[in-house]
Amino acid sequence: MWYLCVFYHRLLDYRKPEVESLADLFSKDLTDLQCNGSLEWKFPKHHHPDSPFHFVNLPSEEIARSVANRSILVKGIFELWGEGSNFEELEESIKSCPDEKKLPYLTSDSTFKITVETFGKVISFEEQTERIRSLSYIPFKGRVNLKNPCHTFWLIETDDYDSNNGLPPIAGKRIFLGREIGTADRKLLPTYQLKSRTYLGPTAMDAEMAFLMANQAQARSGKLVYDPFVGTGSILVAAAHYGAVTMGADIDIRVVRDGRGPDCNVWSNFKQYGLPMPIGLLRADNNLPPWRSGLKEVFDAIICDPPYGVRAGGRKSGGRKLLKGVIGPYTVPDDKRTGHIPSTAPYSLVECVHDLLDLAAKMLVMGGRLVYFYPVLREDESIDTTFPEHPCFKLVAISEQLLSYRYSRVLLTMVKIGPYTEEIALAARIKHLEFKENHLKWLEEGNLHSAVFSPADNHLNGSGDTKITKDSKARYRGKYV
Amino acid sequence: MRLLTHNMLSSNIKGVANGFPLKIEVVKVVEKEVDFNIDFLKNMFHKVEWKALAEASTTMGYAELPEDVDAAMLDSDDFLHKFHHALLELHLEEGALVCPETGRKFPVNKGIPNMLLHEDEV
Repeated sequence: MWYLCVFYHRLLDYRKPEVESLADLFSKDLTDLQCNGSLEWKFPKHHHPDSPFHFVNLPSEEIARSVANRSILVKGIFELWGEGSNFEELEESIKSCPDEKKLPYLTSDSTFKITVETFGKVISFEEQTERIRSLSYIPFKGRVNLKNPCHTFWLIETDDYDSNNGLPPIAGKRIFLGREIGTADRKLLPTYQLKSRTYLGPTAMDAEMAFLMANQAQARSGKLVYDPFVGTGSILVAAAHYGAVTMGADIDIRVVRDGRGPDCNVWSNFKQYGLPMPIGLLRADNNLPPWRSGLKEVFDAIICDPPYGVRAGGRKSGGRKLLKGVIGPYTVPDDKRTGHIPSTAPYSLVECVHDLLDLAAKMLVMGGRLVYFYPVLREDESIDTTFPEHPCFKLVAISEQLLSYRYSRVLLTMVKIGPYTEEIALAARIKHLEFKENHLKWLEEGNLHSAVFSPADNHLNGSGDTKITKDSKARYRGKYV
Repeated sequence: MRLLTHNMLSSNIKGVANGFPLKIEVVKVVEKEVDFNIDFLKNMFHKVEWKALAEASTTMGYAELPEDVDAAMLDSDDFLHKFHHALLELHLEEGALVCPETGRKFPVNKGIPNMLLHEDEV
């Protein structure tokens, strides 16, 4: 069944994957079908792909409602009753909409409400009332109830603006009338916003993004979700909100164990919202995970923001030992073993991602999801399209978020489709040793920090001059919203 | 540290062949109530090493778990509650996990096991 899906105009790349992930999650309940597939989408006439208006084919109204209610970026999912480029066309279209679709929602014993919504323009209260009155050709029999109506109808319109002013280019004005199936609960964002959270670190995940990640991971009651770079727990908070049992590890013991005092630590971040605490927090190294050898397929999802060395660098164990030739073979004297604080070595992004994929391939259940951020350097507006691959995984969603002129991060969602075989395990062990042997070489190659923060050459020499003379007209910002 | 975590951990010191199960040295055990979730328990039942769990539970002062189990026991409410209590509610607040092969102690402070290896154990 086709529905009109109206999005909030932000995080454009994240909108469709969120709906697809949630549709997959709720379809599994009803049909046992594990589609993981993408949904069918259509645009209204002449609309740009970045437009907030989409048509989506969902299996049922029940699934559409569940998707909308749990989503973060869906303003509403509607059953379309009519659309047009002007009010005459709209009227025509609504009248030709079959009665059996409309009449059950227009009965005299029901209550209703009409909401006027615009995109790219603002209209006054008088104009809104006028528009609602103009719908008198629809045979509403029920009574109006603005607080708690049985049915809500939305009259939504876009304008035919030509100066984009940050909005996507839309060729023509479009008006829609639809019956509301469900809307997102964005009230949870102010509840979970970082500025009111007690314990924060420099890379705490923004609440909206954390919820999007939890939705990509299909976190829900009865599932076990793991974050190997847990930090202050900001990603697990979102997973716990959806009822998942959470577990986290970090190499920095001060962050996981101590925090900033008895009421300012990872535990208190969960207590603050009345969420169940993580079932396990430990200090462990993603490079040498302490899991027992027979353990596999325990986690339903792994969600994380790996350290990529731009705001925070990764560390792994084996510090001084890896500096061969500089310091001799390193042994801790026996009398100093208790309380010894082991030194750590920098952890390159490539190795970190390799370890993450290997861990996920082994520890995720079949159909389980790995959701993580991957950094991308942008050159000439185009992004490097090669993302990490693994024989056990299928990449199902790629969502980019621009962070600066030269640097963006991409949220990758991978679904486990193949078992972790002996051959795959062996290949991973060989690669692990290669990383260990050529520690310094990998560090140099995977150094993102210098690439992101070094001065751009083309701005200093003559060829860069053209870029400085920017036109003052507001331009469409696309992925910046 | 809950026993679920204990059941997943082993000593990964270089050269150690059998680092599981880690012995528990108890200094302080606390009980923390956790919401009872049947789906989660059934999910975990097949992934847990039962013998290690039962032994660890006894070490922590809760000897109610049966020695042998089979999936049919998941229908028993009484069993599920005991399993739930041992797996999720017993919490090692202070103590250590000891490698069965080398005797190396991994300290557990404020409920967080410190599994990081020293430079010469990598």
